[in-house]
Amino acid sequence: MNFDIAISIVMTLVVAATPILLAGLGELIAEKSGVLNLGVEGMMLVGAVAGFIAASLTGFTPFGYAVAALAGICASLLFGVLALTLGSNQVATGLALTIFGTGLSSLAGAGFVGTTITRLPALFPPTLAGHPLLRLVFGYDVIVYLSIALTFAATWFLNHTRLGLILRSVGESDASAHAIGYPVTTIRYGAVAFGGALAGLAGAYYSLAVTPMWADRITAGRGWIALALVVFSSWRPWRLLLGAYIFGAVMTLELYSKAAGFALLPPEMLAMLPYLATVAALAVIAMRPSRGRLDAPRCLGKPFRAGA
Amino acid sequence: MRIRLEPRKAPSRLALYGAPIMAIALTMLAGMVLFTLMGFRGGAAVFEIFIEPLLEPQRWPDIAVKASPLVMIATGLAIGFRANVWNIGAEGQYIVGAVAGTGVALATYEIESAWILPLMLLASLLGGAVWAAIPAILRVRLKVSEILTSLMLTYVALQLLYYLVRGPWRDPEGYNFPQTRMFSEAQTVPNLLEGTQLHWGVPLTFLVVLITWFVMSRTLLGYQVKVVGLAPMAARLGGFSENRTVLMTMLVSGALAGLAGMIECSATFGQLTPQFPVNYGFTAIIVAFLGRLHPVGVLIGGLALATSYIGADIAQTASALPQAATGLIQAMMLFFLLGVDIFVINRIRIAPCVPRLAS
Repeated sequence: MNFDIAISIVMTLVVAATPILLAGLGELIAEKSGVLNLGVEGMMLVGAVAGFIAASLTGFTPFGYAVAALAGICASLLFGVLALTLGSNQVATGLALTIFGTGLSSLAGAGFVGTTITRLPALFPPTLAGHPLLRLVFGYDVIVYLSIALTFAATWFLNHTRLGLILRSVGESDASAHAIGYPVTTIRYGAVAFGGALAGLAGAYYSLAVTPMWADRITAGRGWIALALVVFSSWRPWRLLLGAYIFGAVMTLELYSKAAGFALLPPEMLAMLPYLATVAALAVIAMRPSRGRLDAPRCLGKPFRAGA
Repeated sequence: MRIRLEPRKAPSRLALYGAPIMAIALTMLAGMVLFTLMGFRGGAAVFEIFIEPLLEPQRWPDIAVKASPLVMIATGLAIGFRANVWNIGAEGQYIVGAVAGTGVALATYEIESAWILPLMLLASLLGGAVWAAIPAILRVRLKVSEILTSLMLTYVALQLLYYLVRGPWRDPEGYNFPQTRMFSEAQTVPNLLEGTQLHWGVPLTFLVVLITWFVMSRTLLGYQVKVVGLAPMAARLGGFSENRTVLMTMLVSGALAGLAGMIECSATFGQLTPQFPVNYGFTAIIVAFLGRLHPVGVLIGGLALATSYIGADIAQTASALPQAATGLIQAMMLFFLLGVDIFVINRIRIAPCVPRLAS
């Protein structure tokens, strides 16, 4: 019995960590190319609402995820046009995207409150996914495995491919990359769009798997936690995964202690925990002697204009 | 033919001050299209949001009351943004300011004294400043980005508010509603004009704008803030401490947000309730940009945003436009502003397509 609960807790942790990992990976790639997109929360909300509407209208959940990724890309291109083509301030543009996504999602989702959808089934057959012990490894839907595969892929892409090297060089020194002849703006567009797709998926994971229903501001600031985790990870995908799972644990603690009703802390204090932990994590990572700053891509957040 | 942007030799003043007007015009246009596509009466809705409140004098006091917290918060934020200090957690400082002031109010329950309200306002200034001090100190000491930490603390502040009104501060005679006691008369920001919502917080905001304008444009302190933002290297060589500037701008913006929170809480709600924070701290960011980070501009920007709030209420009853449309309209304003802003430092050149050597 206790063993069963322990397994369930770990599985909840993985599910809670998955959207943060996805959104974080997307932002990590964008930041590696030198773009600071603070609109993660907004892109997630756009993906969450678009995915939910698509899934509930068609009754086909995979279609919901596809639409969510597409919606995330569209939202990220809005950021791209302003910040990359027109060279606007990236901090302000990202904030605008978050405010925009919040407004758009609550406007579009208003008619879908109370609608239900079916979750994606577990990827593996019931003998594995329903096994009392093995479900710990095989009991998840395809998105969870996708997020882990993407962590592999991102590491490999950044460190072992030519395009990954070019992307990093664009983020470290846009002027030099441009001088060699790499299309800086195009590469950044690609990175931002990838970030948008993953943020869209991450948002949809809330409305289609974690909750699964539509509620206003369903992502509850998790996009900002993903942004913080990218800093925490020092822009390394595997550390991002570790960070996401630690946060999954904090959120699961909140969930289970609420359900079990043990009153170590009032529920509001528990709800503060992920955010306080994020602040603490950022402080701790910054305390390492001079490391944190050296890890950040040099051109992060700086607009680039060829010939300017 | 190719169209390209070319840097101007000097920023265009026309573009600088024209951009917000252009952005509002474009928002109206885009809003019309968007709302029509969504099946509302687009033209009518946009007219109700942007124009109708201005045509009805009985709504002007409401606009002023709505603009007051927005302008107060945005004035503080604009100081920081000038110095490249990105406090985006004003919403949290706004909440903690109200919490601190309410703490004083509850402690002085049943005491009648003219000192209580000033004490509450002072507490709210301190509360907001303390909440902003956390990201400020982390930035100064450890170089942690204030963007993420100030925002995270907004969520913490919100939970703190929920905890207090559901737990220790709940009104014992309030039928279990999660809210505090009503403030007494000595604890309420007094009304300014009989028969309207207008209260003394409005002239106070005006005073804050005046003082900020004076400090920013006529004193060394204001100059220091601008230099640190525009040319950090020059600031260092000139002996202006960046850390002190970060600390000061964060504390001032936090304090002003806290004060705005207490005034709103006391004048509009008369008690601390979970319904009182409505994202003014985020809208104020738009106000600051729309106002070109200048105190007088912020005043105008705040009035524009307040008009859209009042107008959205009209559109909600007249055109059945959902409340959420307000957020969308506000975000579009900022988007268009950021887009139009490109013409402040660039001009459009339409040139025949000539092959260039260095591409």
